[in-house]
Order: sequence, then structure tokens, then C-alpha cells
Amino acid sequence: MAKTKALLEVTGLRVAVAGNEILKGVDLAMGEGEVHAIMGPNGSGKSTLAQVLAGHPAYAVLAGTVRYDGKDLLELDPEERARAGVFLAFQYPVEIRGITNSYFLRAALNAVRKNRGQPELDPIDFLQVLEEKLKAIGWDDSMMNRPVNEGFSGGEKKRNEILQLAVLEPRLAILDETDSGLDIDALKTVAEAVNQLRNAERSFLIVTHYQRLLNYIKPDMVHVLADGRMVRSGGPELALELEARGYDWLRDGAMVS
Amino acid sequence: MAHVEQLVGSYRAWASNGASGAPAWLKDLREGGIARFHDLGFPNMKQEAWRFTSIAPIAEGSFELAKPPMRVPTLDDIRPFLLLEAGYRLVFVDGFFQPSLSTPFFDDVQSLAHVVRHRPDLVQQHLGKYAATDERPFAALNTAFVSDGAFVHVPAQTSIPEPIQLLFLATGEQPVVTHPRNLVVIDRAARASVVETYAALRAGAYWTNSVTEVVVGEGARVDYHRVQRESARGYHVAATQTHQDRDSMVNLHIVAFGAALSRHDIGAVLAGPAGKLILNGLYLLAAQQHADHHTTIDHAADHCESHEYFNGVLDDKSRGVFTGRIIVRPGAQKTDSKQTNNNLLLSTDAHADSQPQLEIYADDVKCTHGSTVGPLDPRALFYLRSRGVSEAEARRLLTYGFAAEILGRMEVAPLRAQLDAIVRGRLAEQ
Repeated sequence: MAKTKALLEVTGLRVAVAGNEILKGVDLAMGEGEVHAIMGPNGSGKSTLAQVLAGHPAYAVLAGTVRYDGKDLLELDPEERARAGVFLAFQYPVEIRGITNSYFLRAALNAVRKNRGQPELDPIDFLQVLEEKLKAIGWDDSMMNRPVNEGFSGGEKKRNEILQLAVLEPRLAILDETDSGLDIDALKTVAEAVNQLRNAERSFLIVTHYQRLLNYIKPDMVHVLADGRMVRSGGPELALELEARGYDWLRDGAMVS
Repeated sequence: MAHVEQLVGSYRAWASNGASGAPAWLKDLREGGIARFHDLGFPNMKQEAWRFTSIAPIAEGSFELAKPPMRVPTLDDIRPFLLLEAGYRLVFVDGFFQPSLSTPFFDDVQSLAHVVRHRPDLVQQHLGKYAATDERPFAALNTAFVSDGAFVHVPAQTSIPEPIQLLFLATGEQPVVTHPRNLVVIDRAARASVVETYAALRAGAYWTNSVTEVVVGEGARVDYHRVQRESARGYHVAATQTHQDRDSMVNLHIVAFGAALSRHDIGAVLAGPAGKLILNGLYLLAAQQHADHHTTIDHAADHCESHEYFNGVLDDKSRGVFTGRIIVRPGAQKTDSKQTNNNLLLSTDAHADSQPQLEIYADDVKCTHGSTVGPLDPRALFYLRSRGVSEAEARRLLTYGFAAEILGRMEVAPLRAQLDAIVRGRLAEQ
């Protein structure tokens, strides 16, 4: 793989939630434009890593550093991370009553634009941006005038996360089990949109329990997280191996390659 | 109980003097009202329906019966309270009808006093037939003092496109009491939208004690909006009672922003099969405001649907009380009733009481209810922040959403815009 500019560098990260240590020293390096997958059994700490990178206040960092684009990411509030280009697609997107999806997206986009020194968009300009984004990923606007995620099906919620990703144009997109609960058609729809959004400046960190999403989104690197530690890293073939052999062979006396 | 005697005395003086020209049937109605009030007296907190609300400031206060305003406000004075200049409109100041500010329509959108004189038949068959006074001393007191208020009659198969505005303004200059009495009759297959608003021109202390009866005929539809934005020092007690015939639809929207102390009894009777009711309410309180909404939905016929949504947003030391009683009568099979009451506490000193009361006497029905009381959802806060929205803005947005969810169900665009502006103004003060 060609050497790219470093975007994210996690070193010795230890994280606890409610007094329980979940991440016990995680290292991860990602370059610009790269797609990395984090796989691992349930309870391995995959989602914790995703949430910590986004700045969830319930997680306490015990040790380690996270450099993002040359900055100390852990110093930043969640909103500052988002404005700096970090995006988390939630495993369980939150319902927000009374606020339409388009209102919410415009508020988010304007917060991000303000930080980039761009002018805020009025509703009409925003609609134009939105239409372009929807067209690019091949979706319609049927979700836009409903309250955020309220009454959405599982597939709609995940699609809504990807739509936010498309509109906010992050540099680091973290997908936390975006494939969970999706049938094969919904999975393909989401994966195709993600592939449309890949480019040389945007990196993806894909957290998943299963290999099947990686059939559609080809990763540059696959990492295996088990019991709070990275136990193996490799190319896309590692995902296939995990699919065939499961996770158990990595747990005991596993070697970090 | 000195104050009860005082009110009864003031009734006697009024009935024998200013109100002595009324027709006999109306005098009888009033006499029945004052007798009932005298029997019941003011409610106290030992009574189940008043457990959470003390009306001491009213019972112990001294309120004179309002007199006509010294100066009639101009159209400019009342413009902030109007939704649109077009359409029919009835304006009352301290309870007195103001022809110069109103745009009535013959005997159909008129002051109640006018219709009592010219078309008593339209009034007599309905007035006092729906709003119960048995256990409601305030409604009984209102009935004793019935003299004026809004009258709306929409004849069969008629549709009125613009919302009809009923505006009750307090001058706020004197500690007076008014007893507005409103009657809205929507005949068979007719359709109308009504906005009943209570507001003050000055931030004084006064007491409004209103009763509104809404009668909806077979296959008719009414969108009824009631906005309480009284002075922060005002007291507001009210009863709103709807009664709907078969295949009719009532969308009843209730908003309470104002008054130091308010109590609103809202009753809806689904009297004929296949009626539909939406009861959609919002209370937005701050400082030491206290608002008590006591709702009763009575499924008296089969195949009816009722959806009740009440949201409360409570800041500072305010207190919101919600009681949601749903009665499903024997034989009201296939009833489909949903009730939710969500309360958002923006301060640790704010307080909400929420009590559903389901009384189901039929076996083939679907009834659900749920209520929540709590601060902003931390998951939602993080979700918004993770999208770049600042914490302060995220709080405002989520709070606004709580109110917007209710306002969004209203179909009258200028009203939605007016209420939306009030909500945004209130949130900006925080």
C-alpha cells in the first residue's frame, strides 16, 4: 500500500466506562483516504473505540493518546471534533422529537461550515445542497420532513446516518455496526452510498461484527479487537479468514502480526 | 368561606340590576349555577381532582366583577394578538364585546348576548347542556354569571376556510374577574377552524373564569385551538367541553404559556360511533407558574378513536400537573385510545405530576398510555453534539423540539408561526 499522510494515530489507549476498563491499550494508525475495518467478538470494545473517538462523555480515558490531523483529539469536545471532520455513524441512532430531519441537518451543516469559515446556508440554499447529495447517493427526500429518526425503520435509521455523512463531508467517518439489523438489500444500498463517498482525502473506520459488509466495502486494512486489545492486523483476506474460522482461534495466545 | 358568600352576594346584586332583563330560561340557568356554586364552594386539595393545585390565591383574593373598559383599545393595540386581518373575529375586552374591533357575521359569528336577544332558539338548545357543573364549582360560577362571550354557528354542509378568531383581552388595570361563556355549534357535515385566545394588554393581576362548549354534528369537523397567554400575574380557570356526534372529527389543540396559576378542565365526549378526536396540548412554564390540565375523554360509542398528546416544558420553579382520564363506556367496543404525556424538566426545582386514569367498561378495546418526566435525554444531547452542534444550541434545539412536536400538529399556519415565535422567544430568555 502506498504511504499516505497520517490522519489518525491511536497509541496505548486505555478506556473505562463506569469503572470497568474496556480498552486495555489500543494502537491504530490510519492514513488519509484509507478504509480500515475493526472486527471482533461481542464485548471486545469495538463500539467503545468508536464512541471514544467521537467524544462520548460517559467514557473515561485512563491512558494513551489520540492524534487526529496533528491535533490532540482527546482535548476536544464532541462538537469540536465534528467540526474538525470526525463523524460517527451511530449503531443506535437517536430519535429527536419535534425536529425535522432537514432542520437538524441544516443546523449541523451550518455548525460545521461556520468552523470552516464558510457562510451559513439559508433553507433554500441548503435544499439545493441536500438535493445534490441525495442525487449523488441515489436516494429520495422521503425522510427529510419527518422528525429525526422517529418512527424510522432500522434500515431508514442507518441510511439517515449515511445521509448525514454525505452532507457533513467529514475527513474521518466512523461507522459503528452500520450493518447490524440490515437485510441484504438495505446493506447493499448503504454500502453503495459509502463507496460513492470514498475519496482520497476521506478515511473510513468501519466497526463490524460480521464480514459481509466488507464484501461490498473493500477495506485497506482489517484489525481484530479482542478483550480490549488489537490482536491481529492484516489485509482484506483477514476478514475472510475470520468469517471461516470465527474469533476463538485469536483469543488464546494470539499473535499480533 | 367568606369569599363564597361575597361572590354569591355580588351575583345577587348583579342579577337584580344589570342582568335583570334576561329571558326567563337564562335566569333559570344562572340561578342553577349560583345554587350549585354555593353548595360546592371552592375546591380544596383534599379533593382527588385538586390534589396538586391550591386555588388559595383565587379563593382568598378579592376580585370585582369587571366593568366595561374605560378606553377601548385600537386595532393597533390588539394586532400582536391577531393571526390575520381577514376572516371573522370576535374581540372582548375585560369580558365585554367590542364591535369596533370585531368582524362578526350575522347571527352565526356573533356575541352570545346578541344571539340571546335575536335568536334565543340557537342558544337555548345547547347552552349549559354539555359543560357539567356537578363537581365543578368554577363552571357553576361561570354559569351563574353567563352574560356574554363568543357564539359560533356553522350551518350544515358549510365550510369556513379562514380560522375564526375569538380574542379575550384583559386590560390588566384592575383586579377584576370575568366569566366569558362561549358556545360553538358545528352542524352536520360542516367544517370550521376556531382559535380562542386569552391574553393581557398589561401585566396585571386579574382572574379569568371561562367556559366553552363545542358541539359537533354528524360527519362534521372542527379544528379548535385554545391559547392561554394571560399575564404572568393573572389567574386562569377554564372548562372546555366538546361533544361530537357520529363520524365527526375534532382536533382540539391546547396551549398554555401564561398565568401565575391556571387550571383547565378539558372534556371530550365521543357520543356517536366512528368519531375521531385528537387532543394535542402543550404547557410551557417558567418562574413560579403553576398549570393544571385535567382532561377527560369519554368514549360513549363504539368504533371511536382518540389520540391524546400533552407535552410539558418546565423551567425554574414551575409546576405542571396533568391528569388524563379516559372512560370507555359499556358497549363502546373497538375503541382505539392512545395517551401520552411527556414532561421536560429544565431545572432541578421544576416539578411535574402526571397521572393517567383509565376506566374501561368494554372488553374489545385498545387503550395505551405512557408518561415521562425528566431532564433532556443525554443520548440525544451527545447525538447532536457529535454533529457539530454546540451543547447550548443542542439543549435549545431539543427543548424546542418538545414544543414543536405539539405545534406541528396544528394546521393553521399563521397560528403555528405565532406560537412558534413565542416558544423561540421564551427559549432565548434562558
